[in-house]
Amino acid sequence: MENVGIMTIITIVFTATIRSATPLIFASLGGNFSEKSGVVNIGLEGIMTVGAFSAVFFSYKTGSPWAGLLGAIVVGALFGLLLAFLSINFKANQVVVGVAINILAASLTTFLLVEIWGRPGQTDNVNYFQAWGPFNLFTYLAFVMVAVSYYIIYKTPFGLRIRAVGEHPRAADTLGVNVYWIRYVCVTISGILAGIGGASLSIGSLSLFKEGMVAGKGFIALAALIFGKWNPVGAALACLFFGFADALQTVAADLPVPKEFLFALPYILTMLAVSGFIGKSVGPSASGIPYEKGER
Amino acid sequence: METRMSEFKEDVVKALKEIAYPLIAIIISFVVGGILVASFGKDPLVAYKALIKGSMGDFNKFGETLVTVTPLILTGLSIAFGFRCGLFNIGAEGQFIIGSITAVWAGWALAGLPAILHVTLALLIGAFAGGLWGGFVGWLKAKVGSHEVINGIMMNYVAMYLSNYIVMNMMNEPEKAYSVGIADTAKLWRFAEAFSQFKHSRLSVGIIIALAVAIAAYYLLNKTVQGYEIRAVGFNPHAAEYGGINVKKNVVLAMIYSGLFAGLAGSIMALGIQYRVNNLFGFTGYGLDGIAVSLVGGNHPLGVILSALLFGILQKGGPLMQIQGIPKEVVGIIQGIIILFVAANFVKVTFESFKVKRDLRRSAVKGGVE
Repeated sequence: MENVGIMTIITIVFTATIRSATPLIFASLGGNFSEKSGVVNIGLEGIMTVGAFSAVFFSYKTGSPWAGLLGAIVVGALFGLLLAFLSINFKANQVVVGVAINILAASLTTFLLVEIWGRPGQTDNVNYFQAWGPFNLFTYLAFVMVAVSYYIIYKTPFGLRIRAVGEHPRAADTLGVNVYWIRYVCVTISGILAGIGGASLSIGSLSLFKEGMVAGKGFIALAALIFGKWNPVGAALACLFFGFADALQTVAADLPVPKEFLFALPYILTMLAVSGFIGKSVGPSASGIPYEKGER
Repeated sequence: METRMSEFKEDVVKALKEIAYPLIAIIISFVVGGILVASFGKDPLVAYKALIKGSMGDFNKFGETLVTVTPLILTGLSIAFGFRCGLFNIGAEGQFIIGSITAVWAGWALAGLPAILHVTLALLIGAFAGGLWGGFVGWLKAKVGSHEVINGIMMNYVAMYLSNYIVMNMMNEPEKAYSVGIADTAKLWRFAEAFSQFKHSRLSVGIIIALAVAIAAYYLLNKTVQGYEIRAVGFNPHAAEYGGINVKKNVVLAMIYSGLFAGLAGSIMALGIQYRVNNLFGFTGYGLDGIAVSLVGGNHPLGVILSALLFGILQKGGPLMQIQGIPKEVVGIIQGIIILFVAANFVKVTFESFKVKRDLRRSAVKGGVE
């Protein structure tokens, strides 16, 4: 009987790990594209929030979760474009624009929630992606996207250009690569993926949008990206690890350590990772620096 | 004499320009916010009237606005101080939390001390704990070069869970989701005790402390050798290093100062307003709002005071807008737009590119005539 209990717990933790990791994987792949091209995307959190909201909104309006997914993609792309426009054309501080996007996203979604559904807190239930087997569409898509992202970044000429632009934009520019164009494309992809990550929360795990439902997942995705050394596969593994830490919370009451310690563990490990105690983690060298054509 | 006058005039014009750009950005943001309100069929003028009335309608309302302004000044200073040294102290939120929990600990554990001594000690303990929390991030940056933004975000979460652990396990008010209360001797003096106008407001002497600290920060940054070194590192670390300034030492010091200000914000909130610490389910937001405050204030200690006042008015006027049927989230949207405009230097870039185009056109016209 004891063994059956343990097996059940392992199964629960395993499925919970993969479910919690799903939105993180999308967002950290998004962060990966953006940072590889040299644009820091602190706004992942906010873009996930607007993605989650738009998914519910379009599913509510049309009755189809597919329309919801499409809506999240379009709105995510628009927010990605906003970050791209301000950080590439206006050479704004990328981190600051990201923070502004986070504030804007939180207020905008709460505002629209009240305007459309007439009450604060949460939306009505809408049609969502029901589970196929143990997981829903988003989980399968997340793992496919890891492979696709890896292939694009490391095995295609476009990926080579992305990495060149992120490491040494001047050299890439000299060789005829359009730095601004590559960055625009990557930051927009970043917005799309973060938007899908948000949708996976609202029309995947749940069937509604709740205020504050993203709850720091955008920042954890960013941490996973660094923990995974700016590599899609590494980032996905780090997301699974954070998902595991999250899943442990479901059985936290049975564990002999304080639950607060368990909650804080992923963040402590990330600090250790970026500080070089668990292997040095070094990002693309031009990440965060606006590119000025013709400047020496 | 002549040159000195023109130098002075140049200075004034420069200062006016510095204020003008954020001011135009703020006005544009309000217009955009107004269009948004109007697009939902509501009157923007009613909204903005409610905003003013709700935040400054009478002494009590203004007092409550200043209650919000107090921590915003200090977290704004925290971010500004970091920016001036080229550091982005996104960890102000965590330093605020650590300041609160340690101040409450001191206010509870050191009960029995004379009032003045107790409250001063509790304030300082909160501030210094925040300073250490921030200094650690600075030390990591100086020692192993890891980025202060990532470590700051991580330390925010660690601070929140550490504070929750202490609240729920070491200083728990039985059966409640908050900590034990502080002793009366650790409470900050409130204006309500002497002025009946502020009877229904929680305004404390904290606002005066915050203003004094802002002026002290201005002096430290602009009139001392230490401040000069910090600004030199922020301006160009390589040149500073070449000039004999110890960059790493200044990075750590700037983060300690940043943490001190944010920690003080937390301890003033704890000792002046809340008298305890809640079990947190999310961030308090004061540290994150400090980013906006600092940016709009031009990362200048005195500018921070004005922009903290602006954000205080925005936040405290919201509820009355809500009563008038306009969602108070409009305020958050306006805040976001203000930050975007100011961050992107939107007005300045547009203005200057317009000027360049105009000059080009003029010279082209001239060229044509000649």
